Parts: sequence; C-alpha cells; structure tokens
Amino acid sequence: MTATDFFQWVGTMPPVVQAVIVVIAFAIVVAVILFLVDVAPRSGPWYTAARLAMCLLVPFAVMWFFRSYYWAIGVAVVVGGVFFLLDYRSRAGKGYLIQLVAFMAPAFLLLTVGLVLPSIQTFVASFMNSSGKSFIGLDNYLWIFGQPDGIRVVVNTIVWVLVVPTVSTIVGLAYAVFIDRTRGEKVYKVLVFMPMAISFVGAGIIWRFMYEYRGPQYDQIGLLNQILVWFGGEPQQFLLNPPWNTFFLIVVLIWVQTGFAMVILSASIKGVATELLEAAELDGANAWQRFRSVTVPSIRPALIVVLTTISIASLKVFDIVRTMTAGNYETSVLANEMYTQFSKFEAGRSAALAVILFVLVVPIVVYNARQIQKQREIR
Amino acid sequence: MSSAMNPGTAATPQSDVAMSTRAITTGGGLNASAGRARKRLSRPWASAASIIIAVLWTIPTLGLFISSFRPRDQILTSGWWEFFLNPEVTGENYVDVLSSGTTQLTMLESFVNSIAITIPATIVPLMIASMAAYAFAWIDFKGRNFLFIFIFALQIVPIQMALVPLLSTFSRGLNLFGLQVTLPLGASGGYAQVWFAHTMFALPLAIYLLHNFMSEIPSEIIEAARVDGASRGQIFFRIVLPLTMPAIASVAIFQFLWVWNDLLVALVFADGGAAPITKLLAEITGTRGNDWHLLTAGAFVSIIVPLIVFFALQRYFVRGLLAGSTKG
Repeated sequence: MTATDFFQWVGTMPPVVQAVIVVIAFAIVVAVILFLVDVAPRSGPWYTAARLAMCLLVPFAVMWFFRSYYWAIGVAVVVGGVFFLLDYRSRAGKGYLIQLVAFMAPAFLLLTVGLVLPSIQTFVASFMNSSGKSFIGLDNYLWIFGQPDGIRVVVNTIVWVLVVPTVSTIVGLAYAVFIDRTRGEKVYKVLVFMPMAISFVGAGIIWRFMYEYRGPQYDQIGLLNQILVWFGGEPQQFLLNPPWNTFFLIVVLIWVQTGFAMVILSASIKGVATELLEAAELDGANAWQRFRSVTVPSIRPALIVVLTTISIASLKVFDIVRTMTAGNYETSVLANEMYTQFSKFEAGRSAALAVILFVLVVPIVVYNARQIQKQREIR
Repeated sequence: MSSAMNPGTAATPQSDVAMSTRAITTGGGLNASAGRARKRLSRPWASAASIIIAVLWTIPTLGLFISSFRPRDQILTSGWWEFFLNPEVTGENYVDVLSSGTTQLTMLESFVNSIAITIPATIVPLMIASMAAYAFAWIDFKGRNFLFIFIFALQIVPIQMALVPLLSTFSRGLNLFGLQVTLPLGASGGYAQVWFAHTMFALPLAIYLLHNFMSEIPSEIIEAARVDGASRGQIFFRIVLPLTMPAIASVAIFQFLWVWNDLLVALVFADGGAAPITKLLAEITGTRGNDWHLLTAGAFVSIIVPLIVFFALQRYFVRGLLAGSTKG
C-alpha cells in the first residue's frame, strides 16, 4: 500500500470516519518514531538493535509508502547521519541530537513547505504577469496604486485597522471596568464574549439581517430601519451608500472583537495590586484618577496584546466583506481584493495585494517583538 | 481569537501570552471571587452602561435566532420583534435549509464536512506543535533563540501570502530545484488539502503559545525525573504534556473555532464535495440573499457547534487552571 493507495482507501470512507482514521494513523506514526527515538540514545545490545532497525526500517517504510527513491535516500542519509553524529557526540554526554531532530522535524518540514517557500514564491510572483511567466517589474503595484479602486482598497483597509482596534478596546475596557466585581459578572461576560464563537460568515448574516432594507411603504424586517421608522425617519440602504457602508461593516468586526478585548482586559484588571488602588484612594484620588494613573499603567502589556491581536485581525478581514457586500459599493479591502483577483486568474496582482498586506503587518509585529525582547531583558 | 484568536485572528503575535491564555481560560470571574468580596455596582450610570452594552451585543443574535423559528411568510413580511405579539413556531426552516445547497452537496453534508475537516485540523497541529514546543523549551541547542524568534516572526506572514503557491504545490506535487519531492494529492486530496493547509497555518502561533507555557514548568520537576532515569520521551508524555493541558486546551479551542469558522482557506482549498458549511452559507448568501428563512436557520446550524464546544470546554478550562495553580 502506497501513500496514494492509503489516501484513496481513506477517501472511500464516510467523511467523519476519514477524519478519525487520519488522526489515529498520524498518532501511530508519531508514537512509533518517538519510541524509536526514545530507546535509541542509550547503550546496551537491545538499544543497538533498535537503532539498527531504525536505520533500515524507516527508509524502507518511506520508500514503500511514498514510492519515491529520493525520499528514501534522503531519509536514509538523514537517519544515518544523525546516528553517526549521535554516537560521536554521545561520548561527550550530548546524546540529544536525534531527539531534537525527531521533535522538531515535523513542524519545520510543514512550516517550510506551507509558509516559508510559498511566501517567497508569492513575493516573486508579485513581479510577474498574470500567467507567472514573464517579469514585469512593478507593474502590478503600479496597477493597484494607479487607479481609484485600488487606492480605495488600501484606504479602506487602513480605516479598518484604525477604527476596529480602537473602538473594541475602549468599549471592552469600559465594560470590563463597569462589570468588575458585580453580581452576575459571569453572565455579563458571556453575553459579550459569545460573538467570538460565531463565524464571520454567521456574523455577516446576523448583521445583514439587522441592516435589512424595505421600501418606506412596507413593514421593516431589519431592526435598525425599524428604529429609524419609529423615530420618524426614512429607511436607509445601510450597505449600499459609500463611504458609510464601510463603517457599517466595521461595526460587525467590532461586535465580534470587543468580547475578546473585554475578557483579556478584565483578567488583567483583576491582577492590579489592591494596595496601589487603596493607597491612591487614601491620597484622595477619585475613581477616574485611580483608573487613569493606577489601573491603565498596570494593564499596559495586556492593552498591547489586545490592540495588536485585533489590529492584525482587522488587516486580514475577509469573510465579513465577502458575505455582506462581496466588496461591491466601494467596500473592498486588501484580503478580499486579493481573493477576487485570484479567482479572476490574475495571479500577479493577487500576489502584489498579498505583499502589500504583509508590509502593513510588519510594523505591528516588529513592535511586539521589541516588547518581548524588553520583557526578557527585565527578567 | 476567532478567529483567534480570532481566530480570523489565527496568527497573532501576543507579547504576553501566558497572561492572555490565562485570561481566556478564566472566562468568568474566577479570580474575582478569590479573596475579594463582591459588591454591587456603586455607580448607577456604570450599571446602566453595562446593561446597555450587554443588550446591544445580544440583540442581533437573538433576533436571528427568533427569526429562524418563524414561518417563512412571517419572516419576510414582519420584523422578528412582532414574534412577541404573535408567537408562532416552526422547525420547517431548519428542515428546508439542511436539504438545500448547491448542485454538489446539501447543507447537511457540508455540516458533516465541517466536522471532518475540523477534527484532524485541530488535533494534528497540536501534536506537532507540542513536540516542537517541548524541544524549544527543554532541549538546549545552539541557535535555539534564533530559531524561536524565526518561528515567532512567521506570524507576520498573512496566510494570504501562502495560499496560491500552496495550492499549486498541492495540485502538482512539491517540486524542489527540478526534483519531484512529493506526488500531487490528486483525487484523494479533497479533505487532505484542507487538513494540510490548516495544520501549516496553525503551527507558528501554537508553537509559540505552548512553548511559553512549557518553559514555565519548574526545572526541578524535570531534573528529578531525569535522575530517576526517565528518558526524553517519557518526560514529554508523563510530565510535560499533563502539566501543559490547560494551555493545550485553550489553544485547541482557538484552533477549533478558527478552523470551523474559516472561510478563506475553505474557498481556496475545499472544492466541490469537501466544502464546509461556511462556504455553503457564503454561497447561499450570494445567490439567495433574500431567502431569510434559509439564511437565519443556516446561520444557526453553523453557529451551534462552536457555541457548544465553547461553553462545554470553558468548564474544563477552569479545572485545568486550578490543576495548574497547585503545581507550585
């Protein structure tokens, strides 16, 4: 049975059975490898046999499963090399190398194939034409920035990343402070945290229903338009009129992310030293002054985590725009436009949009890496 | 979070993750009850504000939930708040939506697909990530810090960067410098593509979070096990994994929510018969955007599993947290 046979056999099973079989098969492979790795670095005839078996069995298993000499040769070289090094270094009491490789290899293999190589390919592809065959320099980028639609996509993305983190964090923080140590705090938290478990597609449908428009002569079925009518206003096409429709989409992400901000900030507020707050109270500081000069500085790391996480989520927002307007009516953002170009077979433009997205994420992560470094230095 | 990390928030650098993991695991006011007496809200306006926020945050979901049980003609002609004047309940919308769908599969089948996609895409990356995290935390080697920062930095890469080349890798096989390393996934690739993709994209964050938690295990415990003759594998399975359970549980819930709620990866990798429910819902929204009886019920079918997992595991989290706090 080769890998292809195995996957074809699995493919004939019902979907959930497939899932379970794959997980079990994976767990067995991991267990066997870890077992061999575990017994290998010790001394004694039995362990030597295990090592020998590993040197022979692993490449054979690979050849049998993948029907690939390259893989088998590669694995044999790696396994043999590791054992050589292991034997060599274990004399100095450093018999850990094989374990290190076994523990790390799956993650590194997947990260290389799944993230590192593709990102490089995307970067290169952003300088190629739509078929990916000829080099056209910066044309894809010029195309994006050379037309009002492209600029609007970038501007919209920047609006998202400015508004969503700010509003979610402020509302989440206020809510966390208000409900801190009140009766029914748990229920309050769950109500606001619940949208986190709802998919963006689901959230998109929920809010399209809130914004639903009927002509003034009909009964409204969308709550927001009904409220407008109750107050004597005209029903509005919330999702059709730029630039406000972008903000009505932004409301959805704020609705989802506020719960996240609230839970993290709330836990961090509970960690603020009571003595500090009491001391401030004795000094005559009122509630707002205590909040500003004691609570906020103490929860600063948590605020950074929350702002970063939500900023990155807003940069990559895709599902909400896709399900609510599909990027029409001037609401498109980078992630959505990237998918649109990809489905139009414009690989180069799609790649260029992905690279712009990458460039926008970099400063946020660099800032965070610096923060981590600072914290490590303090320790 | 949701997307983790949101999720949509899957890849998120978190500068103080042990803290945030704990924050998530706390969920309710666990710490609040410890040592401090509860008091009523002293400020009436704060109380009013929090009630208003709670109501604003709940009403949209409530409205959709009520609508999903109203008869079709009532949904389309009157607002869901009219339900309280004229309560009439039907399960028909759910029956309809489960049997509707695209030419290739029904909503019910896509619901099963979602389960089939989510189980391996949650468990496999956690196994791989916990092994790598263990190596980073407890095996000392040259270049460890550099490699770890590299993994952290991989979170910079938005998955949008990797999607298209990865798709061609799946369909053509991996080809390195003219050498065919793997065969294409081919016809069997329906779910396999999605599993692989989710596993790869989950790794940087999962390794980072689990490493932070694992490296906090007191080294005396591990040294003691060493002295007793435990091997690396035994230490990993018997000591490190059990002590890391709270972190594994919270990473698992985030990964589960992220995979279940994902649309982008599904659109690119899950074609035809393997499409999860989010993809089908997005299609229905595009083509039948005014069939509110289908959309409301469909949305709830897709929401119900993450909500169950979310609430069920919250309790488990609290227990895991208590176990973690007694370890010293």
